[in-house]
Amino acid sequence: MTVADLSAQLTAYEGRSAVLGGRGRDPVDAAMIRHWCEAMGVPGPDPAVPGVGPGVAEAPPAMLQVWIMSGLSGAVGRTAAYEELVALLDRAGCTAVVATDCEQEYLRPLRTGDEITFDAVIESVSPRKTTALGTGHFITTRTEIRANGELAGIHRFRVLRYAPARTRTASPAERPRPVINRDNAGFWEGVAGHRLLIQRCTACGRQRFPWLPGCGECGSPLWEAVEASGEGVVFSYVVMHHPPVPGFEAPYAVGLIELAEGVRMISSLVGVAPARIRIGMPVALEFVRAGDQELPVFRAYEEGL
Amino acid sequence: MKPGDELPVLSVPVTRTLIVAGALATRDFTDVHHDPEAARAKGAPDVFMNILTTQGLVSRFLTERLGPGARLRKLSIRLGTPNYPGDTLHVTGTITSVSDDERAVEIALMGINSLGRHVTGTASMTLSPQEAGS
Repeated sequence: MTVADLSAQLTAYEGRSAVLGGRGRDPVDAAMIRHWCEAMGVPGPDPAVPGVGPGVAEAPPAMLQVWIMSGLSGAVGRTAAYEELVALLDRAGCTAVVATDCEQEYLRPLRTGDEITFDAVIESVSPRKTTALGTGHFITTRTEIRANGELAGIHRFRVLRYAPARTRTASPAERPRPVINRDNAGFWEGVAGHRLLIQRCTACGRQRFPWLPGCGECGSPLWEAVEASGEGVVFSYVVMHHPPVPGFEAPYAVGLIELAEGVRMISSLVGVAPARIRIGMPVALEFVRAGDQELPVFRAYEEGL
Repeated sequence: MKPGDELPVLSVPVTRTLIVAGALATRDFTDVHHDPEAARAKGAPDVFMNILTTQGLVSRFLTERLGPGARLRKLSIRLGTPNYPGDTLHVTGTITSVSDDERAVEIALMGINSLGRHVTGTASMTLSPQEAGS
């Protein structure tokens, strides 16, 4: 099935009922209120709320959804339409679920002893979205919650059903290959022999990197290759978390290295946790092998070590 | 109380106990909220807080800051970065509007952890007469 086909199938569920004639497992009760209050760190249910009645406690409004949760024993009163929607997403690989939004309106307080009933509608199903967790679809439902038949609250809930982003060890052999051409071939020949070569203009003496056919200073096409010492400092850097790139295991650091010779180059920063990298940190050249390709990288050294 | 007033921050240590107790107290048995291996299999590094606990902590912040007589009328939240064990959630709120009789207030909410914005949202509350005067 194409992405568009799936999206069209999913959209057809908008407006359909998700739960019809749902019933809370138990009436609102003081024990559940107490569990909730203890977990959240708020005072427990007060059975002496004026006007509520003897021995009756009011539930915190934010517990609204708790009374309609299915629990371990399975969903309460879900329609075939909702089950089909979930099955369709499961088959598309969207087997994981995470809640993202919750909007609630509290119309009448819930009190111990209240019998809870509810109905829910599938309000919307989003097109395919890619998130940090994985790619999937957002489903929004709107639930009307009643206490002893009286509308007590409106609960709009959005979940992301997604295919988990694969977590696996990156293989360095998968790293992208450099584009080697007539202008930079000498640089990559140097790397193959574990030498970091930069260019020096033989007309004006200016050193340059990356490799170019002419001098940016004086325009001369004459140059010679000189070997850099491999010493430098972190001039700037970024830490990559997302998106995933083949051959790299996030988080990883990409540095703009200022070489002792004064030119700058972009390369991997290794040897220090990305969060501990600092501008000005000293670095030294190393070579790593990625499949059949040698690559220059820089090992960072924390101050005082 | 007037628009622009900031409510004092509520800082909550995000412990495993809070994550698991919160999930169970809200009848949420989804495995990612209590089983670290299941959480890892689904792309998260550890168990993380469920939305109903975040909602509970935000409602605690509101009732602690606006007084026991204040009633929550509406609460809308959106989750961002996850709350993993060992982090701290800092909940902040700003009054965005106050009715003429000072009984109804609207609040913009945010909860920050070390990864960024865990939760953003808005709330509407009504205050008891004595709290409205303060």
